[in-house]
Amino acid sequence: MTDFVTDNSIWDVAETMPLDQLRELQLHRLRRTLERVAEVPFYKEAFARSGVTSTKIKTLDDLRRLPFTTKKDLRDHYPLGFLAVGRDKVARFHGSSGTTGKPTFVAYTNEDLNIWSDLCARFLVGGGLRPEHTVHIAFGYGLFTGGFGLHYGVERVGAAVVPAAAGNTRRQIMLIRDLGADVLVCTPSYALNIAETTRSTGIDPKELSLKFAHFGGEPWTEDMRNQIEAGMGLLAFNNYGLSEVIGPGVSGECPVRNGMHIQEDHFIVECVNPETLEPVGEGESGELIFTTLTRQAMPVIRYRTRDIARLYHSPCPCGRTGVRMSRVVGRTDDMLIIRGVNVFPSQIEEALLRVEGTAPHYLIEVGRPGTLDEVTVHVEVRPENLSDKMSRMQELRNQIDREIQSITGLRVKVNLVEPQTLERFVGKAKRVLDHRTEKNDA
Amino acid sequence: MKINQLSVFLENKPGQLSEPCRALAKAGINILTLSLADTQQFGIMRLIIRDWAKAKAVLEEAGSVVKITEVVAIEVEDHPGGLADILEAIEHGGFNIEYMYAFTFGREDKAVLVFRFDDPDPVIKMLQDNGISVINGVDLYEQGQ
Repeated sequence: MTDFVTDNSIWDVAETMPLDQLRELQLHRLRRTLERVAEVPFYKEAFARSGVTSTKIKTLDDLRRLPFTTKKDLRDHYPLGFLAVGRDKVARFHGSSGTTGKPTFVAYTNEDLNIWSDLCARFLVGGGLRPEHTVHIAFGYGLFTGGFGLHYGVERVGAAVVPAAAGNTRRQIMLIRDLGADVLVCTPSYALNIAETTRSTGIDPKELSLKFAHFGGEPWTEDMRNQIEAGMGLLAFNNYGLSEVIGPGVSGECPVRNGMHIQEDHFIVECVNPETLEPVGEGESGELIFTTLTRQAMPVIRYRTRDIARLYHSPCPCGRTGVRMSRVVGRTDDMLIIRGVNVFPSQIEEALLRVEGTAPHYLIEVGRPGTLDEVTVHVEVRPENLSDKMSRMQELRNQIDREIQSITGLRVKVNLVEPQTLERFVGKAKRVLDHRTEKNDA
Repeated sequence: MKINQLSVFLENKPGQLSEPCRALAKAGINILTLSLADTQQFGIMRLIIRDWAKAKAVLEEAGSVVKITEVVAIEVEDHPGGLADILEAIEHGGFNIEYMYAFTFGREDKAVLVFRFDDPDPVIKMLQDNGISVINGVDLYEQGQ
């Protein structure tokens, strides 16, 4: 008896490749990749320094002798220092969503775009997509890879795309209703926004035709999935990717939904302690490092994602052999250190979702008014939470306080605010306002 | 015999009180009386309004969170001891008062007490058995004109 939440369809037989064959393929493709990047100045220099060339890579373990690539390295070679093909071979540029500073460009050849489409098709099919479906894509379509990547994946499967793009939630709802979309693609926080807006127009989001959703672009929690699924009456699947590696399609959930299968025939993953850079043990959380195996225009070697997750190598009942990664539980750089305690915004979110009826709209404000860090969590009050009794309202605050403390070990100040006053985000949500770093930047 | 009271959530920052009041004013809605409960972090404004349903819609449109609660209004002689007699009756009945507030209007010799009980019905019965005058909504609103 296997717990598939939907039919276990597999798009590409390569997803189920036996592990010994997979490792052999990875080694072969790694060597090819090293040859391709040999003339990229950054790698040329780095390989010379470490004395490693493609011919010295005998086993996959030899990968660890290669240097890391960081976001800073990409920035230092802005705009196209990492390009490994001639400009004439480039078919597309995308860029990181650029939440900080300049974007980082990524280039694709036609073959890269072809592979990207297939990788997205794989996880979409794993998460219920069928050719007869209509898919509503509420991701931005610009330099950001989310919109185009998913779009190509849907087209590859043969389903219909509604390229709604980002913004104007009421119009999005109209499109979903009038075109009868079966599948929703967006960030999980935007799905909550859609549900909330639908409700405010007097329609139960469960009455929408949506059956499946594919979420990515920002970290989220299992509790959030439960809330979205219960509130919208659909099955939500998680997928993962980052533009520096390819965009969405690096990994995605199968119908077992016990982690996201990394598409190991196209990427090598490592999970390391972000301080020591040594591999962590099975199932331990660490920073994910990716090496692309088939990218042509802009391959990356041991790219440090700053995403914290866990890897699970145990076999999956769905038959896909790619190692599974957990949700991204945080980023090495959005990790807050509060009075010496490491806190991820996703933990605060988890705490809020445990308090019945609390909206997952929140803002974490961190400051240091004296010598000690102080955290204020602003939470929106919902009508069902309002009581005319002061004692009940105080109890709500205390309950939120207790949940946050039980998850993070931290006492925070809980500030109840009026509904709809915290900013809604269409793309990546900014959940943290850190006044301490503002001072450092100045 | 119960009166519908509106409760409005207020953040503790300047302008929070005037916004809902302005919204009601624009809609031509008159406030019979109000009471404020506050802590350092937030407040709750409780309102008695004749057209409470319209007021609720107006306030929600203006972005407020509003809750309707049933409260009990009692008319009392406006002289020393008027309140104490009623409190005594409630105490003897073993009922717990969540909160209360008072106001006067119209007739000079009467005041109105507003009480919030967890379960108002047995309290109303007890008060009436004791000959205490519980005001119904229509009377309260008519007197308030």
